[in-house]
Parts: sequence; structure tokens; C-alpha cells
Amino acid sequence: MKTTEENWLYTISSKKKLIDFNFKEIWRYRDLLVLFVKRDVITLYKQTILGPLWYFLQPLFTSLIFTLIFNNLADIPTGDGIPNFLFNLAGVTTWNYFKDCLIGTSDTFKKNENIFGKVYFPRVIMPMSVVVSNLLKYTIQLVLFVGFYLYFKILSDDGYNLMPQLRVFLFPVLVLLMAMLGLGFGMIITSMTTKYRDLKFLIQFGVQLLMYGSAVMYPMSYFKDKLPDYYWLIEWNPIAIIVEAFRTMVFDNTEINTAMLVYASIISCLIFLFGLVIFNRTEKSFIDTI
Amino acid sequence: MQSNVILRAENVGKIYRLGLVGTGTISHDLNRWWSKVRGKEDPYLKVVETNVRSTKGKSDYIWALNDISFEVDKGEVLGIIGKNGAGKSTLLKILSRVTLPTQGVIKTKGRIASLLEVGTGFHPEMTGRENVYLNGAILGMTRAEIKERIDEIIDFSGCERFIDTPVKRYSSGMKVRLAFAVAAHLEPDILVVDEVLAVGDAEFQKKAIGKMQDISQGEGRTVLFVSHDMNAIEKLTNRTIVLINGKVAYNGKTSEAINFYLKNFENRAPFINWTDINSAPGNDYVRLKSVYLKDEDGNLRNRFNITENLFLTIEYYDSNKKFNNTAIFHILNERKQTLFASNEFVAKDWIQKHKQSDLIFASTCKIPGNLLAEGSFSILVAVGNYNPEMIHLIEKDLLTFEIYDSTQGEGVRGPYIGKWPGLMRPMLDWTIEITDKKFTDE
Repeated sequence: MKTTEENWLYTISSKKKLIDFNFKEIWRYRDLLVLFVKRDVITLYKQTILGPLWYFLQPLFTSLIFTLIFNNLADIPTGDGIPNFLFNLAGVTTWNYFKDCLIGTSDTFKKNENIFGKVYFPRVIMPMSVVVSNLLKYTIQLVLFVGFYLYFKILSDDGYNLMPQLRVFLFPVLVLLMAMLGLGFGMIITSMTTKYRDLKFLIQFGVQLLMYGSAVMYPMSYFKDKLPDYYWLIEWNPIAIIVEAFRTMVFDNTEINTAMLVYASIISCLIFLFGLVIFNRTEKSFIDTI
Repeated sequence: MQSNVILRAENVGKIYRLGLVGTGTISHDLNRWWSKVRGKEDPYLKVVETNVRSTKGKSDYIWALNDISFEVDKGEVLGIIGKNGAGKSTLLKILSRVTLPTQGVIKTKGRIASLLEVGTGFHPEMTGRENVYLNGAILGMTRAEIKERIDEIIDFSGCERFIDTPVKRYSSGMKVRLAFAVAAHLEPDILVVDEVLAVGDAEFQKKAIGKMQDISQGEGRTVLFVSHDMNAIEKLTNRTIVLINGKVAYNGKTSEAINFYLKNFENRAPFINWTDINSAPGNDYVRLKSVYLKDEDGNLRNRFNITENLFLTIEYYDSNKKFNNTAIFHILNERKQTLFASNEFVAKDWIQKHKQSDLIFASTCKIPGNLLAEGSFSILVAVGNYNPEMIHLIEKDLLTFEIYDSTQGEGVRGPYIGKWPGLMRPMLDWTIEITDKKFTDE
């Protein structure tokens, strides 16, 4: 018997290691990730008349309302030569990606209780699929943004000063940071709500409030001028930095420096890793407490 | 020495907390954390009680599984039986890695896939075909593997016509068929099957059992089979574990495990016995003492192979000199139809034996094998006499017993394994003559 002791493929026991990722296994289930994404995409707008058009309508109307309220009514300047609407569209689209990742992953355990309670697969596949399917949505919405960008640059006679910066090549890094932040926070929240559901209520309005602190409908510089005492709230908020950084790439009017981006990257990585660890610890026996 | 063990459970235990998770959970958690910090044992694990549902215990924590150890060899089909709440589902959950044990280790040399409650993860808006892919992937197949088998799966499910229709338009039976079809085409090293055969119509159940037989016998897969259906367990497994209150109560040959289980299951003992003459059924003349079922070797049993002889004994006290009493029994099937009745009266020495009285009579009737069909039966017992006609006692549903058919090519059905009609299955005599008649002969 002793000779075969080492041949076990895996063991199931009560011992939890702090960090225990089986990347080989996650890789083996990659097809499942693809199928979950496919499921999310094809079932989202089934039996709707407008179908995928909804992808466009959401950011479009939000941006219009924002322009009306924050720019026309409240007179928040968006910078010289930058159309208010385009400014808002950039902020809304980017913020939405983060928000969708966060909200979509923050109830992973509760939502999938049924399936998680029956079959084993690496649980992390589920939140990952949410991030990927939201990425598709984000890509489609970016097409809309690019469309309006070109419209304002080429067709409009109002003399807008639009010029994409060389920094735009860093865009994939921004997307990655947002995905990591959203996924990280989402995994932390879903893990913590398996036993105590309190956080679930916080997330509802918490995300709403966070938007106002994330430089979505105003430039960071404007906030600094108006409310210098509270500027640190925005300055240290990684989402605000990311949203602002995206606008820096396409408008070049804002003050994002490398240090801030490095700071946002470090925070994103930390949140993501922390989320992974806590998710990994929770997934093993959450079914007993949920 | 190369051992053939593919799965080994060592002292596996699992504790569940009773009552609401909520009030007091934080304080328990903090207490537990504090003990851990001080390097002490979890304070709540000390007071854990065994898993007995009906009695109220002092502790909030119970062992759903306690000290479970067993081994499964490669290619073996192991049955797991137990009452509701005996820990079967918990064991399966641990085996399929849905949750962790509180104690102990399970070691395995192969991938385990479970066929628990089919239909998990079906999305109502997606078509049957899309769901086959998704479900297959959830159960651990790759896209390529599913693609290879998709035609086979659709064919097995019998849902070909609806395969490109959203699943929400399916009847519940069709969903189950499709889900089972996916699961049945998995190819893990160890397959865990839980009660799936209890779904679908009779035709599909037959197909499902057949498929399970193929998997376990034909393809030589290791299978853990959990069921309440003793006939299915009997057909599919050689060795069975009986779980009682979270512990392994029996681990051995299936037929013996099932007998053990039935004996420990309320009202399923192969005997009934009264010790107080005043409360025993009967009247001033006759009192029933006991009724029991034995096999050829004199062992008390209430499960018999269809080919086996049964011996039913009725013991009664007879104080009566005036009448010659006779014991009577009826055999009833599941629909409470009396299949036949018999009477002690037919014994050749009946008159002679009953000349005596104030004695206990033990009258035994042999019910031959190859007479009853498979199924469960109940026994009605009466004692009475002729001339004048009188019934001293009549007791319905005194005992139940089961007849199973292991379809090993024995008995009336021969090598045929399909459904055999008829309420009874007597072995009858046939004679064959070969003649030289022509078809056109008068």
C-alpha cells in the first residue's frame, strides 16, 4: 500500500492552504468560460425588439441626461474644445465597465448557489466569465464612442480641438486595471456576503455614490479648483484615476501623471489578489453557510 | 504491490450547525477565532452529537457524517443506501467537491464527476443544443468531447425534433431526458450517480437503467451509485455501504447489505412477535404469537430472489378444544389485490395435530420460488375455524416482503431482460412435440 501513497490525483480534506490555486485545472475548464460568456451574451437580449441596440441606448441616454444636468444646468466645464456630450460618453462608458464587472461578480455565490451546490468546477470561472462578457459589451460601446468622436472631429463645424494622444496605446492596460478592480472588489463582496448578507445592501447605493466620487461627469482639475479640501478623496480613488486617464488619452486636457497611474495599478493588483485569495478560501465550503 | 484502489475515504466527518445561521453566528465565529489564536481546539466541536433526527439534543452542532472510511476499487460499482438524512447527500457533496469535510481525507486517483440531480445549469432561454454544450462543460467535458458525442446524446435523449428550440418550451420530462443524456455520456474515471433513475417515464427509466448497466459493466467504469430503489441497487452493484445516522453501518455484499438495511428500517423486519398474551391479537380462544418469514436455510429474511422458496410461519396459542382452528394467510400485491390465499387446513395431519389444545401451534407454509412476480407484497394473517364458521383474529399488513429479479438468466424469464407482464410469475411445464404435419393438412 505504501508504494501507491504518492499516486493520488488529488485529495479532499478539511485543510485549507492560504493560497491554493490550481491554474492547470482552470485552464482545463477554459471551454466552460467561453460557454458562459456565450450564454450571457446570447440570452441577455433574447425576446427583445431592439436586441443588441440596447448596448448603445444605455450609455447614449445616460450621457445625454448628464450633459443636460451637469453641463447645461449646473455649468460644469469639461475643458476647452471638448464637446460636453463626448466628455460624458467617455466617462459613462468607462465607468459602466467597472460597475458592471463589480455588480456582476458581487453576487456570484448567491446567484449560482444552485449550480455550485451540485457540481464542482473551478468557481472562479464564473466571475471571470462576467468580466469577459462585459468586455464584449464595453467593446461595442467603444465603437459608439469612436463614432461620435469622429463625428465631432470631422463633421462638426464647432471647432472642437480633438486629438488622440500617443498614450492611447496604454488603453489595454486601463481595461485590465478596471477588470482587476471590478473583479477583485466583486470577489471580496461575494465572499463576505455568503455568511453575512449586510454588504449586499451597501453595494446597491454604494456603487451609486462611488460614481460621484469617480470623476465620471467632471474633470478632476475642476474638483480640485472647487473643493480643494476634499480633493484627496478623488486623488486617491483608483477608479477616478482610471476614468480620468482614459479621457487623457483621447482629449489631452487633464492632469494624470505617471505616479498616479502606477499607484492605481498597484492598488488594482492588490485588490485583485486579495479578492482571489478570499474567494478561493470561501468557495470550498460556502455552500454550508449561504 | 500495486493496489487497485481508486478512491479511499479515511475517517471522513462533517459537522453541520442546526438552527438559523444568523443570531449568535458572529459570537460563535469570534469565539472560534479566539480559540484558534490561543492555539486551542474549536470550542463548538466538543459538544457535537450524532446525527439522530427524531430526538432533540442539547447541542446545536451535529455530525452529518462521522468517521466514514471505505475504499473503492477500479472498475467497481459501489452502492450507497440509507434513510433520508443518513448522510448520503453530504457524502456525495464531499466526494464531488462541493463542500469540504470537517475531518478526514478523501484520496482519489481519478477525476470524479457527479450525476446529481440532472438539469442543473440549464438555461431556459437557450436551445437544447446550446444547453447540451453548456451542461457538458459544467460537468467537466471539453467542447471537442461534446462535439464528438453530440449526435449520440441527442439520439439518446429522444428530443431530436426540439433540439433547436429553447429549453423553456420543453416539457419537464424532456428536460430530464436531455439532461440525463448529457450526464450519461460523461467519461470521468469515477461517476457518482444519485437518484437520477427515479425520473422520466417507464420507458426512459428502462433506458436509463440499461445505460447505467452499460457504463458499469460494459465500459468498466468505477461508479458510486446512491439510491432508494433496492431493485436498481441489486441490479447494478456488487457491494453496498449502508449509512445509518452518518456512520457506515454495513459494508459488504449487496444482497446482505439490503437485508441489513431493511431489517433496520422501521416495520420492515421479517418477523413480528407478541410477548404479552393479553395484548396480542385474538380472543378468548386464540391469540397470535408471532409471524415470520424464513429462507431455505432458516434465516429470517424479507427479500427473496424470484427463484427462492419462502417459508411463512404463523405461531398462535390455541386454548380451544371444541373447534379445530386453522391459520390462514393472504398475499397481497402493492395495489392491495389479493393474489392468493392459503389455509393450514390442507395439511395432511391437520385434524390429528389439532386434537390437542392449550398449546402453541407453529404452522409453516412453503411458498415456492418461481410463483410470485417481482415487487413488494404484504401478508394478511387470520385464524379461524369451520363448522361453525368463525374468525378469531384477522390482521392486515402484518409483514411485507420483497421479491427481486436479478435478471441473471434464471427463473421464468430466461435470458430476456425486458419487462415481464403478469401479476404472478409461475414456472409452468411445457412440452414440445415435433410433428411431420404440413401446414395445409386438415
